[in-house]
Amino acid sequence: MARIFAYIVHKSGVADDSAAELAAAARQIDAAQSPAAVVTGWGADLDAVCESLRSTFSEVWKIAHEALAYPNAEIVRQALVNVLPAGSLVLVPHAHFGTDLSPGLSVKMKAAYVPDVVGIDGVDGAALKLVRQEFGGQLSAHIRCDISSGAVISIRPGAFKALAGGAAAGQVVDKSSSAGTLVSKRRYLETVAAETGDVDITKYPVLVSVGRGIQEPDNIPIAQELADALGGAVSCSRPVVDAKWMAKSRQVGSSGQTVKPKVYLACGISGSFQHLAGIKGNPFIVAINKNPKAPIFRAADIGIVADILEFLPELTQSIRER
Amino acid sequence: MTPLLRGERDPRFDRPWTRLGRLLKFWFGQWRHPRYLAAGIVHIFLFAGFMVLVVHTGLFMALGTSAHPSMPGGLYAAISDYAATIVFICMMALIVRRLLKPARYAVPARYGKAHTADAIFLLALIALLMAADGVFEGSLAASQAALRVPAESLAIFSMPWILARALVSAPLPMLANLYLGAYLVHELAFFFLLCYRPFGIQFHVETSLFTVYFAKLDRGTVKPVRWGVPDDKLDQVKSFGVKTFEDFTWKHMLDFYSCADCGRCSDQCPANAVGRPLSPRFLTTKARDYAFRHYPMFGAAGNGHALVGEIYSEDEIWSCTTCGACEAECPLLVEYIDKIVDLRRGLVDDGKVPQSLQKPLKALESRGNPFGKMEKKKADWIKNNGFQQSCTVRILNGEPAADTLYFVDSITSFDDRIQAIGRATAKILDKAGENFGILGAAEKDSGHDVRRFGEETLFMALREHNTEAIQASGVRRIVTSDPHAFNALKHDYKDVPPVEHISQFMARAVREGHIKLNAVENGNNVYTYHDPCYLGRHNGVYDAPREVLDAVPGLQRVEMARSRDRSFCCGGGGLALFYEPTETERMGVKRVQMAAEAGANVIVTACPFCMVNMEDAIKVAGMEGKMAAIDLAELVEKQMR
Amino acid sequence: MEILVCAKRVPDTSENEIELNAAGNDIERGDLVYSVNEADNYAVEEALEIVERTGGTVTVVTVGDDDDEEILRREMAMGAKQAVLLSDEAFEGSDGRGIASILAAFVRKGHYELILTGVQADDGAAQVGGMLAAMLDCPFASLVTSIEVLEGGKLKIGREIEGGNKELYEIDLPCVLSIQTGINEPRYVGMRGIRQVASVPIPTLHKADLGVNGFAGKAAARVTRTDYFTPTAGHGAEMLTGNHDEIIGKLIELLKSKGGLT
Repeated sequence: MARIFAYIVHKSGVADDSAAELAAAARQIDAAQSPAAVVTGWGADLDAVCESLRSTFSEVWKIAHEALAYPNAEIVRQALVNVLPAGSLVLVPHAHFGTDLSPGLSVKMKAAYVPDVVGIDGVDGAALKLVRQEFGGQLSAHIRCDISSGAVISIRPGAFKALAGGAAAGQVVDKSSSAGTLVSKRRYLETVAAETGDVDITKYPVLVSVGRGIQEPDNIPIAQELADALGGAVSCSRPVVDAKWMAKSRQVGSSGQTVKPKVYLACGISGSFQHLAGIKGNPFIVAINKNPKAPIFRAADIGIVADILEFLPELTQSIRER
Repeated sequence: MTPLLRGERDPRFDRPWTRLGRLLKFWFGQWRHPRYLAAGIVHIFLFAGFMVLVVHTGLFMALGTSAHPSMPGGLYAAISDYAATIVFICMMALIVRRLLKPARYAVPARYGKAHTADAIFLLALIALLMAADGVFEGSLAASQAALRVPAESLAIFSMPWILARALVSAPLPMLANLYLGAYLVHELAFFFLLCYRPFGIQFHVETSLFTVYFAKLDRGTVKPVRWGVPDDKLDQVKSFGVKTFEDFTWKHMLDFYSCADCGRCSDQCPANAVGRPLSPRFLTTKARDYAFRHYPMFGAAGNGHALVGEIYSEDEIWSCTTCGACEAECPLLVEYIDKIVDLRRGLVDDGKVPQSLQKPLKALESRGNPFGKMEKKKADWIKNNGFQQSCTVRILNGEPAADTLYFVDSITSFDDRIQAIGRATAKILDKAGENFGILGAAEKDSGHDVRRFGEETLFMALREHNTEAIQASGVRRIVTSDPHAFNALKHDYKDVPPVEHISQFMARAVREGHIKLNAVENGNNVYTYHDPCYLGRHNGVYDAPREVLDAVPGLQRVEMARSRDRSFCCGGGGLALFYEPTETERMGVKRVQMAAEAGANVIVTACPFCMVNMEDAIKVAGMEGKMAAIDLAELVEKQMR
Repeated sequence: MEILVCAKRVPDTSENEIELNAAGNDIERGDLVYSVNEADNYAVEEALEIVERTGGTVTVVTVGDDDDEEILRREMAMGAKQAVLLSDEAFEGSDGRGIASILAAFVRKGHYELILTGVQADDGAAQVGGMLAAMLDCPFASLVTSIEVLEGGKLKIGREIEGGNKELYEIDLPCVLSIQTGINEPRYVGMRGIRQVASVPIPTLHKADLGVNGFAGKAAARVTRTDYFTPTAGHGAEMLTGNHDEIIGKLIELLKSKGGLT
């Protein structure tokens, strides 16, 4: 069994939640092995991250280089290729950074690549058995990956439950000297923040969506607070946009945005065909509506008959108190 | 004339007797004018006056060249005196009206300037003409009275008569000067007007005869992509639709020149009423101004500029629901729908289709319906809600044949709520003993709105497919509950059996006693009927649905102020359901408010798209519990014994 | 600028029901309609817009068989000047890396300054673009939402990251970019346009023409799918009952298990 490495994404000195999830996934691949973390970066932030990872990983490979100060996947890839042993298994979170890094990484490491894995079934000889989804989540597939020359595996965030952290027993290993010369034909310029009010609802894993049941624009903050507590965004159905309570960019529907979240809370939305047509990827749909006959209950996974103006604040409160 | 010569061909020389008859009704008979009563009556007088004075003016001109100038007397003189007086009074009235400015005349800043000054100038000129005539005759009569010469007696209380009395004590030389002066003024004004009128709204005085004579005869259908090019040769046409001014047909260009800028079309336009960028009046006047700019009297013609982007916006062109209110209102029979469809064809040809319409169009292409649902589910509605137990609907597949085809079309087949209309219709056909069936998965969307949204090629593919399926089924007639399908099968499709709408079927069935109706349960409900555009205005089916409603014992029915051919569009059907226009409110909301104003609490309609829009509007307007919407077929099915 | 767009023909999953076939090894394809992968269509539109500004042509390529020609025609109807089909029995069963290697072989035969792919296709793998870049030793960027052509053979690109934010990079040509949906508004391709290109010949290149290396084909594939299976599905909502506290408690548990709560 090859060595398993987990590539850690971090920001402002804090490791991303995916770190613990990758550790859990690694355990599922090989319960006997304690995976190593590999982290790239520069300066105090990097040191802080490595320190925090010691409780999850037995080894934390640190690659510090000025060129790695900003996580530019093109440069990170070069460093990893130089540092990681051939034939390794590298786990990466399947998100904005991971998808930028991994396909090219697998080619440069001459390894196989399996993206967006949601389940691990174990090892069978030289093959790793995995589970992926296809067709927007409508079907799952059993995958066999030949790992004899190593593999890069990107893990869907949230698919693996993080294991409880242990004592900070891991060792930080400084591999910076092996990073090599890092030049790139892709140079980072800056990050432009999304305009306030310019929320792209299609990029959120959780949506708190409101319809006419919100009754007044003054009630929308109720939904916003719940969205904040869930790390999501507020979206809406057409009547809310027509009434000019929310911007058009918030509308989910056949004539609005198409969204593929993991969780969709339809609050006070009747569930018209046009609205549902904007929800793809088979998310977990929770419908909350005063009307038990609302069509949304046919399309939802979970239904709650309640007044959203009462229910949502209570839900937000309970989530915050966890 | 130049632009008309460069315009596309347009065969309007057929059916001369029909055209002559319409000329008599609409032009000579001023048929459309009384729809706006006050202005209409003034115009009728004006028109009558002009007709009478045409001969008079000719004779007047001849006076200048004859050795013994004299005007004919007798009855004709009296009539023309009164005519001139009436025209003069009308001019005064119209000038006052222009100064008081009805809202309809307003020109929003983005469309240009109002032509008030120009209009008043022209009206004043005509008044001057009349006055000159009056002075001419009056001064002559006054001089004759002074000279004690036998005089033609002027029509009593007419303007010349009044002026003659006023001038009776004027000295003879002054009268002579007035006499000659008036003649000169009259001729100058007349010839000036002849030259000046083509540059403005008064051109309709000359062109209206032609515009009305050549007006479109065939209701409900849309012009072909290019007249004279059969469908199978369309591949050779380089460019579809209207992209530049010269792509319009000569008749459409004539329409632009003929428009009297009265604004009645925009007044009735539902898109305009809800704040969409569309105004039919300005569609025409902008094109006319374009023509003036690019085809000036003196100077080179400039042509070939793209219209959309320059004088029209894309949103403006897509905002039209093709309801036809504008065409129903225009006293000059100016056509709009064909122009909008041609402009859309041009946009489609260039790929400029809004994203919101691309999805349903793509679905229509791949699945034959705008929702993208699978063909094999087309007939699922006959099974939903356990319907099969109460009514068996046959899917026609060759044998045994049925007499009648129920053409269901897309929304009734696939929309969960609207499927109820399908089931109600099936029950009614069954109850009336009709031997009917449906095409099932073999039926694709009728393509009615695909065509009107400019995707002619896709429409032809859908039509070809459906025509084959219908012919293969061997039916002898078609019934549908969807007015858009009704209109398509009646006017856009060729070689299919005759088609009727379910409301017509029901009216006949009730009349002949095949269907008997129970009394309403709640006698307090007040019903009103909303005329769907493609059933009412485009096809003239107003009475059948009302007959059916009135046959329900105890059903109280009121009429909305805007009904029949003044019906207010629900918001549009077919592809219009998918388009996202810029508007300040929804047409449907305005309509349900109209229903409430009429005192109704139930709005009855006979179109699935109207139903979608009405139910939507009731929720948006917060009228749940105060207004309900029901389809005519659903109502009948409920009340059937 | 000479731009190559790699496209894929995929089943339309919006209203299609994706079901297992009887043998359980593939989806039931009988009732499916296919079209060009949505993100690839955005890529072609982007390429056309760039070429309208800078001059040059757009070429569209796909790896597949005769059935896949229809998407090439559609993109030609949209405005791509050329289309190429890479087809060979030996290519069948290729995994993502195999596909990328076939495309790489094609790219090496020509001179393309910019290569675009869509972010991901029906299998959600989002891999071919990045692999292709690595094989060609070109810089790469995924999730591209804006492209600006700069002087001196460079582009300024924006890529989307979490929270609706955008990273801006300067990238040297030649490069490979994977394009995110929503970057532009693709022009409409009507039936008429497609009919007009219906008889334009589309060149097909085979393994012999490309001189492909050992990654293509079934035997070389390191990642294979053994079968499909349905994840557990439900009919209609499960209604939660009880007072609000009880409901909220159950709901929170469910949200956690579905990844809605961390």
